[in-house]
This record gives sequence, C-alpha cells and structure tokens, in this order.
Amino acid sequence: MKLHEYQAKQVFADAGVPTPDSQLADDVDGVVSAAEEIGYPVAVKAQVQVGGRGKAGGIELVEDEDEAREAAESILGMDLKGYHVDRVLVEEAVDFVNELYVGITMDRGEGRPVAMVSTKGGVNIEEVAEEDPEAIAREHIDPSFGMHPYQARKAVYDAGVGQSVARDVSSVLTTLYQLWDDKDGADAEINPLMVTSDDEVIAADAVMNIDEDALFRQPELAEMEEEATGGDELEQKADEYDFDYVRLDGNVGIIGNGAGLVMTTLDLVDHYGGQPANFLDVGGGAKAARIANALDMVFSDGNVDSVVFNIFGGITRGDEVARGINEALEQFDEIPKPVVVRLAGTNWEEGMEILNEDLVTVEQTLEDAVQRAVEYAGEVNDQ
Amino acid sequence: MSVLVDDETRVVVQGITGGEGKFHAEQMMEYGTNVVAGAVPGKGGQEAAGVPVYDTVHEAVEEENADTSVIFVPPAFAGDAIFESLDSGLDLAVAITEGIPTQDMARVNKRLSETDTRLIGPNCPGLITPGEAKLGILPGNIFSAGNVGLVSRSGTLTYQVVDNLTNRGIGQTTAIGIGGDPIIGTDFVDALELFENDSDTEAIVMCGEIGGEDEEEAAAFIDEHVDTPVAGFIAGRTAPPGKRMGHAGAIVSGSGTGTAESKINALNDAGVPVGDTPEEVATHIEDFLA
Repeated sequence: MKLHEYQAKQVFADAGVPTPDSQLADDVDGVVSAAEEIGYPVAVKAQVQVGGRGKAGGIELVEDEDEAREAAESILGMDLKGYHVDRVLVEEAVDFVNELYVGITMDRGEGRPVAMVSTKGGVNIEEVAEEDPEAIAREHIDPSFGMHPYQARKAVYDAGVGQSVARDVSSVLTTLYQLWDDKDGADAEINPLMVTSDDEVIAADAVMNIDEDALFRQPELAEMEEEATGGDELEQKADEYDFDYVRLDGNVGIIGNGAGLVMTTLDLVDHYGGQPANFLDVGGGAKAARIANALDMVFSDGNVDSVVFNIFGGITRGDEVARGINEALEQFDEIPKPVVVRLAGTNWEEGMEILNEDLVTVEQTLEDAVQRAVEYAGEVNDQ
Repeated sequence: MSVLVDDETRVVVQGITGGEGKFHAEQMMEYGTNVVAGAVPGKGGQEAAGVPVYDTVHEAVEEENADTSVIFVPPAFAGDAIFESLDSGLDLAVAITEGIPTQDMARVNKRLSETDTRLIGPNCPGLITPGEAKLGILPGNIFSAGNVGLVSRSGTLTYQVVDNLTNRGIGQTTAIGIGGDPIIGTDFVDALELFENDSDTEAIVMCGEIGGEDEEEAAAFIDEHVDTPVAGFIAGRTAPPGKRMGHAGAIVSGSGTGTAESKINALNDAGVPVGDTPEEVATHIEDFLA
C-alpha cells in the first residue's frame, strides 16, 4: 500500500522530519488561499500515485496569484498517466543549494533491511543505481537490533555528505528507519532531501510504502488506504474484490490460481500468438463467490474477446471453482464472451461433474485451453 | 530415494485444530506421513486428527520425538510459530502460511542463521517424496516416485510441471516448493545442493519467476557445482515491467536483473535449457534421462 505524498509527509513530519509548510486543496480558490497563507513562491503538486509527476506536468512552481490560478486549473482534473488528479498539495518552495537522497528498503537478496544515502538526489535514483551504483552508500541493518547510530553516520559519511549537515542528515535517516520499522514499511524514501544555504535539511518529497500483509497491526495507516486508491475503474474494482489484478493491452482474459501459474498462462497465450488482456490471480482456496467475482471482473473489460480459466487445485478445490463459474454464467441469457475452462488437481473430477458444459468450453490440458482461447479471440477479431 | 523427508520423519503440526491445519494433517496422514502430534497454545491435552495436541512445540518434541514441524498458523502469529519451531531444535520446519509480514520474516531470517533447523517457506505448498511422505498442501495424487528432483517458487506451477512429467511416466525423488515471498528459508541454491548430493536424483527441474535475483544466483551455482542435468522454467516473460517490483527495491537489485530475460540468459549460460512451456520442460527432462 502506497501512501500519497501528503500522507507520507504528515507521517514523516509527525516523527520530527523537517518538511515544508503545505496544505491540501481540491479546487482553484483553495489553491490560491493556501498559497497566500503559505506565501509565494509555492509549488503546486498533483497528488496521484505515479512517478515522474514533474515531467508529466503535474508539478508547477508559481510566483503569484495569476500563476497559481493557472497552475491549479491545468493540474486539477488532468489525466496524469491514467490517474485523475482531484487534489493538489500547495507547498512552500524551498530555496536549496543541494539535493540528497535517503531511503530504507528491504534487501530481499540479503533478507534484511538496508539504509541508503546519496548526494545524487533530486533525480531518478534508479538510474543512478544502474549507472553509478557507487554513488549510493548502503548500510545493512540487523532487524533484531535496529539501526545503530554509528550506522547512520557511516552511511552519511560514506556517501560524502558535507560535515555541516551530516549530523542532521544522520538524524533524518535514523528517524526514517524507526518509522519504517514501526509502521511496517516496505520502502521509505526522501528524494530530494533539500539542503538550504543555511545548512538546514528539508524533505521536499516523501515516499512511504506499507507492507500490505502487516496492515492488521497498522490501523491508522489502514484507514488511509481508502483515500490512497486510484487508477482506472477496473483496478478499483479489483481492489474491492481484493484480487491481484493487472490490466494489459490484449484481448484474451486470463483467470487462474497462484501467481506463477497465472503468469505461465499469460506467457502461453503470447506463445500461441494471442495477447493477454490481464493478469488475475484468485489466490489460494477461492470459494465459489470469489470465482464468480473474477469472471465479473474480466467481463467488465471491454477489450476482452475470450476468457481462459486455468485452475490447478492444491488448496483450491475444483468443485468450488465449477460452482462459481456456473453461478456467474447462469445469470446471462447469452454468455458475453466464450469461456474456456481447464480444471486440474484437487477435486477436479467433482468439478467436472458440476460444471455446466453448455456454458463453457472444457479442455483437459493447459496448452489446449490456451490455444482454444487464443483461437476464439482471433475469430472475434476476424469478424 | 529422497531428500529432507521420508516415512520415518516425525511430524508435529502447528495449528492442527484450525480448519486448514486439521484438513491437511488428515490429508498428510492419508498419504502416509508420520504425523505424531499437534501443537496449539491452550489446546494441550486434546486430540485432533487422531493425534495428541500439546500446548507447545517443545512438549511435542519431548513427548513424541517430533523432528519436523508443518506450520498452519494465521499470518499474524506465524512468525512467532516459526521462532518456536527454531527454538525447539527441530531438523526441519515447513511454513505453509501466506501473508506473513516481511519484517517478521527478516527477524526469523536472522534467527535462522543461528540455529541448525532448516526452514522451507513460508507461503509455500511444502514438499513431497512420492510414495513416502508429504509435508504441506500439495495434491499427492499427481506425483509419482522416480528420479527427478524438482524445486519451485510457485505452488501451482509446481503442480503443472509435475503433471507434465507424471503424464510421461517420469517420476520424482522429492519436489520442494520453496515459496514466493521476498524472504524465505531454503532457496534454490540450497535445494540444488541437496539434489546434487542425492544419488537417486538423476535430473533436476527448477521453476522460477520474475523478480529478485535468486534464479541468477542459482545459475551461477549450477555452473560451478552441479553436475546433475537441470532444466528450467521461468514464469512471467510477458509481465509488464515495473508492476510487481517496489520502488526502492529496484535500487538494491539494479534494473539489469530480475527480468525473465536476465534469468533465462543466466540459466542458458550455465548450460540449463529453459522451456517455453511446461511441456517443453518435460521434454528436456526426458532427453536427459534417455
């Protein structure tokens, strides 16, 4: 779960990280009054969950009321990489002499957290990591002890941060780690951490991703999730149904159980000359209602011309899956798109007995099922 | 005939009184697994699935000589359950639970390095030695005894590939689902080493997927240390970049690794053929054994 910039900044500020003065606004007058209260110049920043907002026209620096109005009109309501902008953060413009990067993440290869500091802040840090990995100082942390103060200092000095701000940057890094630890962070980042001519450090941006699996013990953050959702209608629907769902460009709808098997089904659709419309994993142990929801999801995508259902039951049971498919399809006078079903594993025989074969095409193997779905999708396109 | 598990393995099921725990304890026993006890705090003295339940894993070890645990404990408590199994001196702990917070697993990972217990999982289907024992939730009927070792990050993909093998009459020594979480116990390299040292395993299947660098590390290990022929499969060739990987995570790994292409190339460079389909993987294995 990814927090919005304004939410992450609030979390950071509450923990004592210096942040610029800012206010959230959702209309033009709100932007102007916020700017006046804060004092020009201010930055007007779209609050959507995508990277590269600046380049896409989602962040503007304004000097006066006319410019603020203009910026608010162009940003509010804009479509930014598929996300509708309905709120902006109006923020004090910081006059800086230097930009740093600080971040905490889980290094999955090492199985423990890592703190990172770089003097190459203010730019795409992934590119820095790729082109000049030495420009990022890294310090691995023992999760059972937490970050020792010396480790924060070491990362800061290794990165080449100047003496005059080293103590403050270390303190920001320490706070960031504590937040990451307390709030079950996946990533916590400040880029840029601005350094002013008075040697003050200020978090000009804030990124906080929370481990979804730990939301049960983060009730305050779980509440924020309501606000943090976005994206297109289908992705919102997937959120409601709690599916792992990714929309793609093709026309063969794909439903399966287990990420590896669903990805394999996508790959096979591609292999047999088709194009996947989506990735949809119903997860383990799905009951009939969840299967019906999955079909509803995929039918809601106007690009879908055929659907392939690939279930290999372990903890998921074939009879439940068959019931769900019947339930979803029996409500239609006419099935919207052809559905191909392949059931294997736990209770697949019971499933095949239950499945209403007037409504679907049954195939025994994964390969045959995928080829049949690709064929159906092709036929629709030929018409 | 097997690595890690056989019909002598004495299993305690943590969470045996829960729905999944009870169902799969029974399934395991039906398959022939020697389940000797359950462990559920507050339920000591009861009986579940026909075996005695103890309040702690320590008691199950003392009273029933359990040497292996299978963990069906809800995610909020599963990290603690793994700690308990590590602290009880077991040889092996298999954590089936999906959705354990990653920070809990980072702490488990630290503790793991200080004990002799081997961990499989979490978020995995478990492991099976066909005809002897299964630990976890794998559907036993699709497996058959033979001479192919299998290791996989994805549960359902394991089933798919095993199905392709079994349909051709190719049996398995042991199949290990290592789990798809960011932090796991036994990884590809550990499993490959076990199979390499097992005289009955004549060929190995390794199923990976996009994300992380485990497959690249496994490829390097195969190149250096594995003489047994290995065939691979990588899921996620068509997955759009950036959708599954976290923001700062990409900084640590760098963007040159973690893609299907980089994994397939690494495996090919190590002499491992990678199938375009599960069926092709079975063909490679058939060729190895011919």
